[in-house]
Amino acid sequence: MLSLLNFYEALDSLSSNKLRSALTVLGIVIGVGAVIGIMAVGAGAQNTITGQISSIGTNLLFVLRGGTEDIRNPKPLTIQDAEAIADPFAAPSVVGVAPVLQDTLELSYAGESTFAQSFGVTSSYNSVSNLALSEGEFVSEAHILGRAAVAVIGPDTAETLLGRREGVVGETIRIEGQPFRVIGLMTSRGGSGFGNQDNQVMVPLSTAQTRLMSRGRDRVDMIMVKASSPETVPSADLEIASILRTRHRTPIGSDDFTVFTQEDFLTTAGTITGVLTLFLGGIAGISLLVGGIGIMNIMLVSVTERTREIGLRKAVGARKRDILFQFLTESSLLSLAGGLIGIALGWGLSLIVGAIAAASDTDLTPSVTLDSVLLATLFSAAVGLFFGLYPAKRAADLEPVEALRYE
Amino acid sequence: MSEWVIDAEALVKTYKMGEVEVHALRGVSLKVRPGEVLSIMGPSGSGKSTLMNLIGCLDRPSTGSYRLDGEQVSDLSDDELAEIRSRKVGFVFQSFNLLGRQTALANVELPMRYAGVARGRRQRATEALEAVGLGDRLRHRPNELSGGQQQRVAIARALVNSPSIVLADEPTGNLDSKSGDEVMRYLLGLNKDLGTTLVFVTHDPEIAARTKRIVRLFDGEIVEDK
Ligand SMILES: Nc1ncnc2c1ncn2[C@@H]1O[C@H](COP(=O)(O)OP(=O)(O)OP(=O)(O)O)[C@@H](O)[C@H]1O
Ligand SMILES: [Mg+2]
Repeated sequence: MLSLLNFYEALDSLSSNKLRSALTVLGIVIGVGAVIGIMAVGAGAQNTITGQISSIGTNLLFVLRGGTEDIRNPKPLTIQDAEAIADPFAAPSVVGVAPVLQDTLELSYAGESTFAQSFGVTSSYNSVSNLALSEGEFVSEAHILGRAAVAVIGPDTAETLLGRREGVVGETIRIEGQPFRVIGLMTSRGGSGFGNQDNQVMVPLSTAQTRLMSRGRDRVDMIMVKASSPETVPSADLEIASILRTRHRTPIGSDDFTVFTQEDFLTTAGTITGVLTLFLGGIAGISLLVGGIGIMNIMLVSVTERTREIGLRKAVGARKRDILFQFLTESSLLSLAGGLIGIALGWGLSLIVGAIAAASDTDLTPSVTLDSVLLATLFSAAVGLFFGLYPAKRAADLEPVEALRYE
Repeated sequence: MSEWVIDAEALVKTYKMGEVEVHALRGVSLKVRPGEVLSIMGPSGSGKSTLMNLIGCLDRPSTGSYRLDGEQVSDLSDDELAEIRSRKVGFVFQSFNLLGRQTALANVELPMRYAGVARGRRQRATEALEAVGLGDRLRHRPNELSGGQQQRVAIARALVNSPSIVLADEPTGNLDSKSGDEVMRYLLGLNKDLGTTLVFVTHDPEIAARTKRIVRLFDGEIVEDK
């Protein structure tokens, strides 16, 4: 006897006590709202991170010092390592290699100062990392040889130091107090999370080594490697490993370097945001549970209050399942309504989070996914059914005579 | 149609209250022909309501056999009893027992919904309400009706599925004499027009006087049947 009439009757019964119904669904509203909001923010964070990682290029590999396990005295990476990897015979899958020195340095210009991620790079860095310039030129072979005091800066850096995002080539800024001539300006890549990619400065590797980040002879912090295509990344990975094993004379299984691929970063980022989302989602799930218990409680009260009505319905021919459906309709309608309001609330929350993020220049756009909406709808209906089942069963099992005599 | 609409044989109903057994009925046998009108009388606690609940298939006897309209119902399941009730029995209660938030029409439609009547419910409910003189009160809710009118809605509800028997437990108990009289007229008219068997439970000798047959209960047993 699942009919439209059933539905209207349930609606009528619930609206007869609006305040009570509203208070009852509050738990579900908050629970679902939290689930939707958290999942939206989680999805947004995931998108941001994925976007950032992919914007660097999908066929990149990063070689870092140190193994995945504890290796004693790992040999440092050197420029010679980079040159070896660049050998097209030893590493046919590799099309570009960029050794990098990396530090956070203080930049200043006419009283303004800021800290920025600073890189000592070779001329190949440009093509390896898909870096584009909006004006000027990149660090050249000549700059490297001449240890030139030149710098390529990010648009945010330009904004902070010079107060503008264009026409900065030719200005002289100071890095750690030393004058550098700006020769190029990067295009905006947006993003945060892994540090603002628009607040960076690049100087020739040789200049960095001697004047900014002395590391000892020929040492580099990282070697960026570009594979010929995303498909050749795994073979490039193997080629790099075998070259470095030979050069560092490490036995297999105890590498003193680690090769990260974009895939690794994406997986790691995915795992981290996934775990976070799951954790927060679990907390939200608990509030759904509490909401469900609230519904059960009110449905039990309602069954008691309406004992005579149930008796009457049975006297005029209602079977157990008729009564069961009647109360299940009410409880699932109640929690479904809560779920829908909760979805709206979660949506609103994610919009607010997005607005706050935008206002504070954080690249985070929460996105309410269809999945999470469907999940929340399904889940709230299920909560209503599950927690409504016991009260409804109680109602259905009432003895008609007893129920009619109930005062 | 069988000879007896109500054919009860040695009905016993015993309630266990912890250690104590309450004998509400101690072997009641009652046969009623189709179309008969009878009153069940007796002092308070004599078992009138208990007997009526058994006759109306709201409850099962502890022992004894009961045939309603030729159908053995003593050992049917709850849902089977519900189905019998919806097809064969109409109830009129002392306290009306209408659904307070529903219109007169919806109240009268209720038994048809449970009986699975899909079409023409509105039509039949309207006719039933017209039959009890409430054709102009279809959309009224119980709190917008007088006591007598409410009881007439209950009568319409009892007759709408064309039951074999209508059971009325103190139907006028909550009414003044004028509206009580009206209710009695509609109930008796039901018997005259449709031949529905009527069973009253009452304390009121005046009501009993309007029925041909009076059954007297005392302490769970029939002491007089005339
Ligand atoms: N559910 C029950 N549990 C225990 N005892 C019951 C129950 N129902 C009825 N009784 C007992 O059975 C006896 C008969 O009750 P019943 O309600 O049939 O009386 P009645 O004749 O209808 O009385 P009244 O005129 O006051 O309505 C009473 O002694 C009552 O206490
Ligand atoms: Mg009684």
